[in-house]
Amino acid sequence: MVAMNYRGPFRVRADRNRPDPEILHPNDAIVRVTRSCICGSDLHLYHGLVPDTRVGMTFGHEFTGIVEEVGPGVKNLKPGDHVLVPFNIACGTCPFCRQELYGNCHESNAEATAVGGIFGYSHTAGGFDGGQAEYVRVPYADVGPTIIPPGMDLDDAVLLTDVVPTGYQAAEMAGIKTGDTVVVFGAGPIGIMAAKCAWLFGAGRVIIIDHIEYRLDFARTYAQCEAYNFKSLGDPVLFIKKTTDYFGADVCIDAVGCEAEGSTMQTITGRKLMLQSGAATALHWAINGVKKGGVVSIVGVYGPTGNLIPIGNVLNKGLTIRANQASVKRLLPRLIEHVQAGRLDPKGLITHRVPLEEVSDAYHIFSRKLDNCIKTILIPSTAAA
Amino acid sequence: MENITENVVNEHSHIKGWGIDADPANEPTYPMKMYTGDDHRRMNYERPPMQPKNVEILQSNERPSLPAVFGTSTPPTGLSGKIRRYAFKFSEGSWGHWLPLMLADRVNVVEGIVDDLKQGYVPNIFKERGWNAEWKYNRNKAIQKIAIGVAVTSFLLTVLVYRKDNKSSN
Ligand SMILES: NC(=O)c1ccc[n+]([C@@H]2O[C@H](COP(=O)([O-])OP(=O)(O)OC[C@H]3O[C@@H](n4cnc5c(N)ncnc54)[C@H](O)[C@@H]3O)[C@@H](O)[C@H]2O)c1
Ligand SMILES: [Zn+2]
Ligand SMILES: [Zn+2]
Repeated sequence: MVAMNYRGPFRVRADRNRPDPEILHPNDAIVRVTRSCICGSDLHLYHGLVPDTRVGMTFGHEFTGIVEEVGPGVKNLKPGDHVLVPFNIACGTCPFCRQELYGNCHESNAEATAVGGIFGYSHTAGGFDGGQAEYVRVPYADVGPTIIPPGMDLDDAVLLTDVVPTGYQAAEMAGIKTGDTVVVFGAGPIGIMAAKCAWLFGAGRVIIIDHIEYRLDFARTYAQCEAYNFKSLGDPVLFIKKTTDYFGADVCIDAVGCEAEGSTMQTITGRKLMLQSGAATALHWAINGVKKGGVVSIVGVYGPTGNLIPIGNVLNKGLTIRANQASVKRLLPRLIEHVQAGRLDPKGLITHRVPLEEVSDAYHIFSRKLDNCIKTILIPSTAAA
Repeated sequence: MENITENVVNEHSHIKGWGIDADPANEPTYPMKMYTGDDHRRMNYERPPMQPKNVEILQSNERPSLPAVFGTSTPPTGLSGKIRRYAFKFSEGSWGHWLPLMLADRVNVVEGIVDDLKQGYVPNIFKERGWNAEWKYNRNKAIQKIAIGVAVTSFLLTVLVYRKDNKSSN
């Protein structure tokens, strides 16, 4: 089959001769991919920042597809079903899954205990080949995969596998109270969706901060929020203080993660010398910009070794920090309602539709933020078969 | 308080679904939301059937056994595989675990090129790096990069030739 093949930092290609996936467990399914996305999280792999990313792996954790084959233990799915597949691999029965912490399943990641298995996300997330391919193995097929509701656009469906739930959960974890001022760092798909969802929770004011102008423009219209360029703000923390009568934002959301720009010290120690797991610039700003007793909600991804953050200020200000991988399955019923009612318009984020064969260019465009790219989907030639 | 809320509602009437998920009872919110106490029972739950193990899987030493399913992509091989096996002697909280893994990732890149060549395939590194797209959407940067490349190469060549000339004239 054709599948994306990781060859090293900044080097990926589509190969034609990759082996087809097989059923390896009674509860597996094989899915023929109809849409798959490139995510900001994939960029951390692409840039070589996630430990135990092996050459030859296929990435891709956001995909929809048609069930081709099911293992003998699968009860809820049958060949021909068109499903959207949450990015978390979750068993549904361990104590963590029973608390709906589907991103923290205890039965899907051999290599690390902090996080559950994630499709196509290095061996640190379980060593599963992902969905930037024609076919993919889907473990625990009765748990995660959800039949796409009749009439739902595939482009909307594929964004329900990660972007929408992650943005929504960022706002949910922020514990927004009616009228709150919410500051979102990062105007990528995740930050823009978080800003949009903050309104659903009753935010009074939503501000998004980034440094890429086309993304700020996009966010202003798409998420109907204020948007500012941190390069022209000078000190973003001071800006947040001034615009909130020197109180600080009620909540701050980090939708940037470990590849943040904006601080020379963080960039050198985090991204060049790798003395910390990436640059924690946005998290720094979030902690310092939020009010006393406020909440910092983190969905931006950081590596496992550790980061330089002002933990003393967390203590002195009495902050609550909430963070996790999105628990996709938990949120799907509500989010499907929101999409069907037109309150959320996921496919509006898609700017690039690219054949799977052109995966090298697609990664480069998204990584370098070229051609006004917000969200890219890859379409295998077998999608329509 | 009521007045403030009323104003907030009116100000946001243009946003579809504004406040629809606002819920003062949403405390504590996720990830505490669905706490069941189940985790006090530790491993005493009905585990899914185990996936048969047919390839080498490196297992975190913070786990008692393999999980019921695991990924079988790219098992450890070669020198990078040796380094990875060493890394898994250390727990996830230790630099001894992550630094060797980062080193193994870099070694693995060289192994990948050797593998490609062994299979008679010469990797087109420019294409893999998305240079087509760079040329199309970021031409000035691309030209700049090429110009720098050419300048550096010609400088090095000049130095080499100059040295050779000097040597032969001696
Ligand atoms: N928790 C989860 O479940 C989950 C799921 C998906 C993605 N993520 C993470 O969310 C993050 C964002 O993903 P994305 O797809 O939107 O990526 P993206 O790369 O498209 O967006 C990141 C944005 O942050 C901006 N940025 C850089 N430094 C900044 C700073 N200091 N302040 C403000 N903005 C800054 C960049 O310009 C970019 O627009 C990534 O770290 C990704 O790994 C987490
Ligand atoms: Zn993602
Ligand atoms: Zn589980």
